[in-house]
Amino acid sequence: MNSKRLVTAVAAGAAVVMGLSACGGGTSSSGGSTGGNGGTNTPAFNAAMTTIFNPSDKKGGTVRVANAGTWDSLDPGETYYGYSWNFARTYARTLVMFKPAPGDGSSELVPDLAESLGEASDGGKTWTYKIRKGVKFEDGSVVTSKDVKYAVLRSTDKETFPNGPAYFEGYLNLPEGYKGPYKSKGVDTNSAIETPDDQTIVFHLKQPFGGFDYFAMMPQTAPVPEAKDTGAKYKEHVIATGPYKFDKNEIDKGFTLVRNDQWDAATDPNRKALPDGYQVTMNVNADDIDNRVISGDLDLDITGTGVQPASLSRVLGDPALKAGADNPSSARLWYTSISPTVAPFDNKACREAVQYAVDRTGYQTAYGGTFSGGDIATNLLPPQIPGASKFDLYPAGADNKGDVEKAKAKLQECGQPNGFETNIAYRAERPKEKAAAEALQQSLGRVGIKLTLKAFPQGDYFSQFAGNPPYVVANKLGLALNGWQADWSDGFGFLSQIVDSRVIRETGGSSNVSVRVPDVDKMLDEAIGETDKSKRESDWGAIDKRVMEEAVILPGVHAKALLVRPKKLTNVFVSAAYGQYDYLSFGVA
Amino acid sequence: MTAPPDVSGTAAEADPEASLKGVGKKAIQGRSLGQIAWLRLKRDKVAIGGAIVIVLLILVAIAALLLDRVFDVVHPNEFHQDLIDTENGTLAPLGTFGGISGDHPLGIEPVNGRDILARIFAGSWISLLIASLATVLSVVIGTTMGIIAGYFGGWVDTLISRLMDVFLAFPLLVFAMALVGVLPDTAFGLSPEMVRISLLIFIIGFFNWPYIGRIVRGQTLSLREREFVDAARSLGARGPYILFRELLPNLVAPILVYATLLIPTNILFESALSFLGVGINAPTATWGGMLSDASRFYTMPHFMLWPGLAIFVTVLAFNLFGDGLRDALDPRAR
Repeated sequence: MNSKRLVTAVAAGAAVVMGLSACGGGTSSSGGSTGGNGGTNTPAFNAAMTTIFNPSDKKGGTVRVANAGTWDSLDPGETYYGYSWNFARTYARTLVMFKPAPGDGSSELVPDLAESLGEASDGGKTWTYKIRKGVKFEDGSVVTSKDVKYAVLRSTDKETFPNGPAYFEGYLNLPEGYKGPYKSKGVDTNSAIETPDDQTIVFHLKQPFGGFDYFAMMPQTAPVPEAKDTGAKYKEHVIATGPYKFDKNEIDKGFTLVRNDQWDAATDPNRKALPDGYQVTMNVNADDIDNRVISGDLDLDITGTGVQPASLSRVLGDPALKAGADNPSSARLWYTSISPTVAPFDNKACREAVQYAVDRTGYQTAYGGTFSGGDIATNLLPPQIPGASKFDLYPAGADNKGDVEKAKAKLQECGQPNGFETNIAYRAERPKEKAAAEALQQSLGRVGIKLTLKAFPQGDYFSQFAGNPPYVVANKLGLALNGWQADWSDGFGFLSQIVDSRVIRETGGSSNVSVRVPDVDKMLDEAIGETDKSKRESDWGAIDKRVMEEAVILPGVHAKALLVRPKKLTNVFVSAAYGQYDYLSFGVA
Repeated sequence: MTAPPDVSGTAAEADPEASLKGVGKKAIQGRSLGQIAWLRLKRDKVAIGGAIVIVLLILVAIAALLLDRVFDVVHPNEFHQDLIDTENGTLAPLGTFGGISGDHPLGIEPVNGRDILARIFAGSWISLLIASLATVLSVVIGTTMGIIAGYFGGWVDTLISRLMDVFLAFPLLVFAMALVGVLPDTAFGLSPEMVRISLLIFIIGFFNWPYIGRIVRGQTLSLREREFVDAARSLGARGPYILFRELLPNLVAPILVYATLLIPTNILFESALSFLGVGINAPTATWGGMLSDASRFYTMPHFMLWPGLAIFVTVLAFNLFGDGLRDALDPRAR
């Protein structure tokens, strides 16, 4: 299956080193029009995409949730799954949050624990938030700015919390060698975070960064009371600030959430808190989950990555079931890297030949077709990212099956009129990537480009094999199946890790396998430094175009997932920010 | 053999013997062990049935190899995505029973629409080639080691027996997965596919020799005390002569039986490796690899049925024939 994990941006540190230049203040909420909020009760395919399905204000009941695997961690300080970020909002409050609204409205950032979005000063190097008054932990103690500071600091300790995102330690102006509050006890961290009073928290960055509100949205800013912190064991009992708290929590088996009587709706404009609780079971067979959600025995497959292949044909083949399903897209691109370091791909025309020769429908089908795979991509940026515009530099004919004549002409141009042989890498554990590699082998074979398939274990795919530049050259991995999802819908998060040549490490480990264009690096720096929001967004589009001109990335599909709508829940809608149902707003019918 | 009484000298020689014993001529004709076994085997309908299937399979495999690789008539890797339901997005084959039609008698695979019959056909020679060559390798190593250990005894026997123990205790599947992952894709000027086939033959063959080695050693231990070996030794025969001219012919029966029973095991082992993704590289068709692909689509049983059936029939045929052969060669073991 596809990775459920949002992409780890461990290279965020590297992004800092590479020198982000000045970036103005102002919030960079990636807006978009809010969808209609009227609501609907008529079951139809994609009914919950832009409107609320079954709107209701009825309280009570329990939402029944299952997970085919387990959480990476329930601790807000170290969780990195998209579904976990979505769900954590039920028990943890962060400084800001994505608005619980249907469709594109969800991409808007709204204050949650903070009174307003961040106030930038010092050209975007300093960000100030005011904490709401009257917010309490589940034990009744008052939440102060120091609890937020402590939470952020502890999350930078990657030895204790290896799973979380690494943006804060990369961007905050922490003292040299700071290792978190456990190991660096008593170290003065005011250079990074100041708490002048119980309500105010001030973040100091090393470099200006206009999109800091996205950092403040991460669960890592959910307050943690220092007195109750148990380090790596905190995930067994997270101290709640949201409307629900942990009742029983058996790690890797399941847990229940019950109402948190210390939560005050007056301090919280975003949460309705309709159900009385959540009951979550882990390690349930994925096919079993699908069947139970379809029958209504279970409300939610929390991973939100779509139904298994077995249920796919069942749901799509039955009009009644299809009417009870939604098909949201996530800001994920499945693509193939074309490495210019491997001959003959050092010649641009040879790379272009691949772009023309590929049968795009075959690629799409390999990933699961229109519904569970996604839409055919002809550029990098997924459509929901502000600044994205669809363009096609290598038209593949009306049927998208590839332009064989044009491809042959390009082969002629690059001096390989009869084609050539190269290798294609894919992750052995991923049947969809295998199917895509087989499809590419077929379609490129039409113009004489012979591919040999090479499967590598996904655990070491980037560190040892496809993402290891010397290995790629030595083993002639001309093509490599790849995929990327931004941590949030924004050009910075989407592009910086896959098109910036400076994130490529000779020792391996980078998701950027093939993009080494000095122009693009310069354009990235300019975009991050751009103070004007709309200008910055159009910059992302320009970078997209520039990368495609070099033909070093062969776009595949912009991913979509087929979700079965919960039968017995109310207020069901898809949050475009997560590409899943909004887990915060459900009610029980 | 029967000889006409009036022609040859041998027949004339047989006559006095017959008259001596006073029995009918036919009854006293000596039959070799092989003849006796063949007569017994012929009466075993099940074993003969198995043998016929095996012969057919070998013919099919040779035909598949020629048609696929030499004449390029079969196209096991060709996509037929126009026959896949992309409209509804189920990616299942259009039509009934997995898209069975005149062009695709066993239907097509979901997602890419490859012809299942062509893939079963193309996979047959790989399965049989790997299984039989791996068996040959096991038998050669196992027999040599077993006969040496059994005949010479002493520290040689101890050494070889402990070596067998080590091999038997080896976590073969894990080792195979590691080895396949580590070794290069091209070597000795062979294509990646041929390298992988050779590698699988080596892994499967090399690690299965102790089983046959133990059987041969045990047989040799009892045989070397027999009179004919003493006789050969007293006539001045040396080790190698006794090993390969006196002992080996007497070991043929158990070796043959064990080999026929080892082949199906090896077919299954190759399938298991392909199933685990460390067999032959995609997209080359193998039966195990097809099963592995099919396991994701359990709602489309036809996809799993045909490769499963192919493995089942092949393994069953070899097992039935092997059983029959053992009964024929060694009735006491029945």
